[in-house]
Amino acid sequence: MALVEAIGVRKSFGHTEVLRGIDMEVERGEVVCLLGPSGAGKSTFLRCVNHLETIDAGRIWVDGVPVGFRSHGGKLYELREREAAHQRRDVGMVFQRFNLFPHRTALENVMEGPVQVLGRGRAEVRAEALALLERVGLAEKAGAYPAQLSGGQQQRVAIARALAMKPKLMLFDEPTSALDPELVGEVLDVMTSLARDGMTMIVVTHEIGFARSVADRVVFLVDGAVVETGTPADVLDNPQQPRTQQFLAKVL
Amino acid sequence: MASDLRPNDLREDLTVVPLRHPGRWFSGTVILLVIAGLGWAMAEAQIQWEDVPGFFTHPVMLEGLLNTIVLAVAAQGGAILLGVVVALMRLSANPVARWFAVGYIWLFRGLPVLLQILIWFNLALVFKSISIPMLFEVPTNVVMTAFVAALLGLGLNESAYMAEIVRAGLSSVDAGQTEAAKSIGMTPLTTLRRVVLPQAMRVIIPPTGNNFINMIKGTSMASVIAFLELIHAANNISSRNLEIMETLFAAAAWYLVMVSLASIGQHYLERAYGPR
Ligand SMILES: Nc1ncnc2c1ncn2[C@@H]1O[C@H](COP(=O)(O)OP(=O)(O)OP(=O)(O)O)[C@@H](O)[C@H]1O
Ligand SMILES: [Mg+2]
Repeated sequence: MALVEAIGVRKSFGHTEVLRGIDMEVERGEVVCLLGPSGAGKSTFLRCVNHLETIDAGRIWVDGVPVGFRSHGGKLYELREREAAHQRRDVGMVFQRFNLFPHRTALENVMEGPVQVLGRGRAEVRAEALALLERVGLAEKAGAYPAQLSGGQQQRVAIARALAMKPKLMLFDEPTSALDPELVGEVLDVMTSLARDGMTMIVVTHEIGFARSVADRVVFLVDGAVVETGTPADVLDNPQQPRTQQFLAKVL
Repeated sequence: MASDLRPNDLREDLTVVPLRHPGRWFSGTVILLVIAGLGWAMAEAQIQWEDVPGFFTHPVMLEGLLNTIVLAVAAQGGAILLGVVVALMRLSANPVARWFAVGYIWLFRGLPVLLQILIWFNLALVFKSISIPMLFEVPTNVVMTAFVAALLGLGLNESAYMAEIVRAGLSSVDAGQTEAAKSIGMTPLTTLRRVVLPQAMRVIIPPTGNNFINMIKGTSMASVIAFLELIHAANNISSRNLEIMETLFAAAAWYLVMVSLASIGQHYLERAYGPR
């Protein structure tokens, strides 16, 4: 079974249907880039995978577990918020606007999950957190508060914070869109090395270069539906659908 | 206006004439004169100044001071806890809880504290006993001492204000913070404790400090139900020696001491939770 399986996912806000039946599979170790115009529902879909939004119809499984539900005796029971929190431990998320905890240092941000959520010992977690900061190239910024870091550095700390939970899956929602152009590279480098290490990732991005070189598969979303999917070479260089062609003509 | 200096002239040593402030000298002088006049009036007044320090440390005054502090701290502490609960109800998804919170704030903020204190103190007139069926029952006039009535009157009124302050604080924290907390698997309670409340503190502390200073002074209203706080203590002392102003000044000095200490405490709290 694929690590992520989404079938017929629908989601409306009020009267507007934002996701109109999305099917998607993400294999273990696969990197999938979600592309599409603004308002296509890319963020909404990502948030559904992490149960930050509830879905109206369809089902999403992560590692064989139905997101937002507990199956028992052939029935699915909707989860309480506490139980949903437990499910989210296995899925890391990186936000466009970083969302680091401003009242904690970089190191404390990374330690927060393992200590407060998993209840692990501080000393052991601290060593791991320092290693993660080292991995994203920020060992020397461990004691800095988010406000003292550049956007690129904050985003790398945010990636380390998500990794500290040892997730099976990482979700990235336009992780470089809020960054100055010269800072985009350092974040993409970290994501690239993560992909090389075999992390399963769903990445919403407008960085076509990143999609081309790192993604195993590109999924193109328009108006809440998947219009085209395939290898980067197929979708990016030889798009079949007019909507994909129009979009790529604008961003390339 | 064209300058009569050329750039080269600026290299020479020119005399610089600083700007004069005659207006400041004038207003400063007036203020000092007013203060001097007030000081002279105080010195001329028929007050036994030499008796004030004795009243300041009079055992009855000190008992009143202690009671004032206990009442203010207990009422404010209770109000903060209740305020957090009511604020959470106000923000909850449960419509019944939201309505309850709105009504609670409307009622306890809407009535004068003095009136609330009097109502609690006189509760025995309409309810002979307070009970929860099958759990306990106590006579109202035993429970509803002056202290308890003042605590309820001051604390419940303050809790309505605290609810609004806490709500403003919680709402001020960016929704992205809650999402980030959720994304690392935090439960709602942990998110509140570790992420939202610490950040809300920046918004919550300054008005809470102001309210606590008001609370210290508000305890004086408990004097109407003969609770031995500072003003009642001052009246007790002066009813024997008739030095009314002297004892009131001693009480006034204690209020200023308490309020000053509270302001200093607030300053350090704000610094501890201030922006990084
Ligand atoms: N909480 C919400 N309430 C109401 N409408 C929403 C909400 N979140 C998203 N939407 C709407 O859903 C649609 C899809 O939004 P979404 O953020 O998923 O798009 P997106 O593909 O991520 O776009 P972008 O590239 O601009 O980030 C938009 O029309 C948006 O206005
Ligand atoms: Mg988006």
